[in-house]
Amino acid sequence: MKELLLGNEAVARGAWEAGVHVVSSYPGTPSTEITETLAKLSSVYCEWSPNEKVSAEVAIGAAIGGGRAMCCMKHVGLNVAADPLFTASYAGVNGGLVFAVADDPGLFSSQNDQDSRFYALSAHVPMLEPSDSAECHEFAKKAFELSEKYDTPVILRLTTRVSHSRSPVEVGERNVVPKKPYKKDIQKYVMMPGMAKKRQAIVKERDRVMTGEADAWVKLDNPGRKLGVITSGICYQYVREVFPDASVLKLGMIYPLPERSIKEFAASVEELIVVEELEPYIENYVRQLGIAYVEGKKYFTPLGELGTEKIRQSYYGTKTPVAELSEGSGLKPEDAPMRPPTMCPGCPHRGVFYTLSQLKLRVTGDIGCYTLGAAAPYKAMDACICMGASIGMSHGMEKAESVARAEAGAGDNDSDGIRGTVAVIGDSTFIHSGITGLVNIVYNKGASTVIILDNSITGMTGHQQNPTTGKTIRMEDTYPVDLTLLCKAVGVNRVRVEDPFDLKKFKAAVLEEIDANEPSVIIARRPCVLLKGVNYGKPVEIDGDKCRKCGACMRLGCPAILKTEDGRMKIDRSLCTGCEFCVQMCGFGAIGKKTEGGDNK
Amino acid sequence: MKQDELNILIIGVGGQGTLLASRFLGDVALRLGRDVKVSEVHGMSQRGGSVETCVRIGENVASPIIDRGMADVVLSFESVEALRALEYLKPGGTVIMNTQEILPMPVISGAAVYPDNVPERLSGGNFRVIALDALSIAEKCGSAKCVNVVLLGILSAVIPGIAPDVWRQSLESVVPAKLLETNRRAFEEGIKAAE
Ligand code: SF4
Ligand code: SF4
Repeated sequence: MKELLLGNEAVARGAWEAGVHVVSSYPGTPSTEITETLAKLSSVYCEWSPNEKVSAEVAIGAAIGGGRAMCCMKHVGLNVAADPLFTASYAGVNGGLVFAVADDPGLFSSQNDQDSRFYALSAHVPMLEPSDSAECHEFAKKAFELSEKYDTPVILRLTTRVSHSRSPVEVGERNVVPKKPYKKDIQKYVMMPGMAKKRQAIVKERDRVMTGEADAWVKLDNPGRKLGVITSGICYQYVREVFPDASVLKLGMIYPLPERSIKEFAASVEELIVVEELEPYIENYVRQLGIAYVEGKKYFTPLGELGTEKIRQSYYGTKTPVAELSEGSGLKPEDAPMRPPTMCPGCPHRGVFYTLSQLKLRVTGDIGCYTLGAAAPYKAMDACICMGASIGMSHGMEKAESVARAEAGAGDNDSDGIRGTVAVIGDSTFIHSGITGLVNIVYNKGASTVIILDNSITGMTGHQQNPTTGKTIRMEDTYPVDLTLLCKAVGVNRVRVEDPFDLKKFKAAVLEEIDANEPSVIIARRPCVLLKGVNYGKPVEIDGDKCRKCGACMRLGCPAILKTEDGRMKIDRSLCTGCEFCVQMCGFGAIGKKTEGGDNK
Repeated sequence: MKQDELNILIIGVGGQGTLLASRFLGDVALRLGRDVKVSEVHGMSQRGGSVETCVRIGENVASPIIDRGMADVVLSFESVEALRALEYLKPGGTVIMNTQEILPMPVISGAAVYPDNVPERLSGGNFRVIALDALSIAEKCGSAKCVNVVLLGILSAVIPGIAPDVWRQSLESVVPAKLLETNRRAFEEGIKAAE
């Protein structure tokens, strides 16, 4: 039966049909749906783990134990999981082990545009790259066989456009694969220098043998033409459209690369180009083979994603005509105002960022919906680097400041005239890698203030459970990590829970804690407005007679509050969640819910 | 537009139900036995940002993305989003748009301007414009959330050659059972409005 599946759903389906036993992942766009889909299928064990490193270690353990195992993550997640990956490459597997890693060319939902292919190269782990959902399904299945055959983890590399595109897939049944017997083998699985040196030689030999295997993963379209294109993944689809008459060598395995196929292909064409997104990974390899006439990045930008139009424009220099407005319209497509993502109406983070922007504090931020606190109107974030970094960065800033003060002698405010620094981090991100930063602050006698935005869910990636929510991926009840106890346990004495919607109290709490001379944690607790259990009732209204047009409510940046033509404010009923956060902003009692009598309360 | 190839770009604001619309069209294509690719957007921009999804139907679809000048139809869930999507539309293509205006944050905060009379000003270009207040129609059918299905009803009346039964079967397969009645009404009202 053919089904229209997302690339991610197809990976899940392929892994499931391959009899995968254990799946452990941390959510991250564009990889999240792989694990979510698997959790809906029977027989397989699935979990969200606290971070990608743990998820990789769980999968490695399951594979050494003889099961088929997979861990899924976004590209930056592989940085976190790189430590286990590099050594798992030496130890090899027992049951098949697959890392599904999704790059995000063009940064649709990421903080950098890294190219994961270099991980395969430097960790010596074979990497497969599918180009549509049918291949996601097929490659995921075969990845487990490949892993067992060559005794190595295998990376399945996806990109956003493959992960998040739907195309037809012929799905099949689950193949029940018995767990392999486990045999104790210290030389293979215990990586101390003596053992690892021997394994290193085995890995080198594996690389050599697998170069031949890579030849079995190529597909040759239109042999014998003048122009030859080497490509893989989503770019193969673009190439089919832009160069329908060219010879195309499509690579399915991109580490190791198929030396023989590439040499033969290069010799068979007059002009040779490589079409790939991001870095010149394939192109460099082709040059290394002594094929000097290859071109790639000369035409195609290493920045962001490619697409049919970019490839066509870069190579042919032509532009596809588009629909045009009439001259008289006085309108150009560029007149459409930007529409950046914003915090939802009713979002609990709004209270935190409104407060921080009012206090003009320095804010080290983190990864999640709340990174939007950096945007107007709050602009209440000074730095955001990676998962968990907010806490380490605030400690570093504080220490730099204290050295500077001791040497120069400064007044009440710090040397830059700022009253204090706070770290802002979400509940899931705190568990992911914030807790170690907090331990560091306590251990090294810092005095930072950390605000944990506890909205009871992992929001940005589409609402996944995490260790603080009390639910597993399959919504079974489990023991929730108590953030207050956790922070106290590592030695933070000042831990308090506040409602970010109670602006007066919240502001007072922040002021108190930044002035404290020891580490402190404020848990800003209110659930994400999109969660099922959250229902604030009907929208609020603004009484036009009472509104004095002061604009105080507008400063909250709730998208449901609009200015009318006469300067008064009004509520967009279709957007307002009824959270009543804005009610406290109005000094004239103009905002409220209509009561039965028709009057504002 | 060519009978054997159909590129529909769906554009709207995160939270408006564009994903369901693209799944619906994907399902229609599968029922017709055609090749199809649908590209979706997940993650950051779903939070109130501008969201584009592409549906490409044909004999053998390669790229899942509708690039510059490739769309036969732009299906816009919001007024100014139709303007934004014009660079994807072929000369001679069709814009089906909901005239509802949702102000982006830069407009609310006064950093940008929302252009006046977008639907009127779009007509007169070298493409066709069908502009309707899909929100009012959806509300009349019982739920503002059905804007997506109203627009699909309009689309079904505009693109030729697909039997009404196919549309109806797809509606049943993508809409949850308890919302089916309201959505059926929304779809039929969309068709009527297009006439
Ligand atoms: S805060 Fe009150 S008075 Fe001021 S603009 Fe808003 S509704 Fe009007
Ligand atoms: S009650 Fe006020 S703050 Fe809450 S969603 Fe409605 S307008 Fe926005």
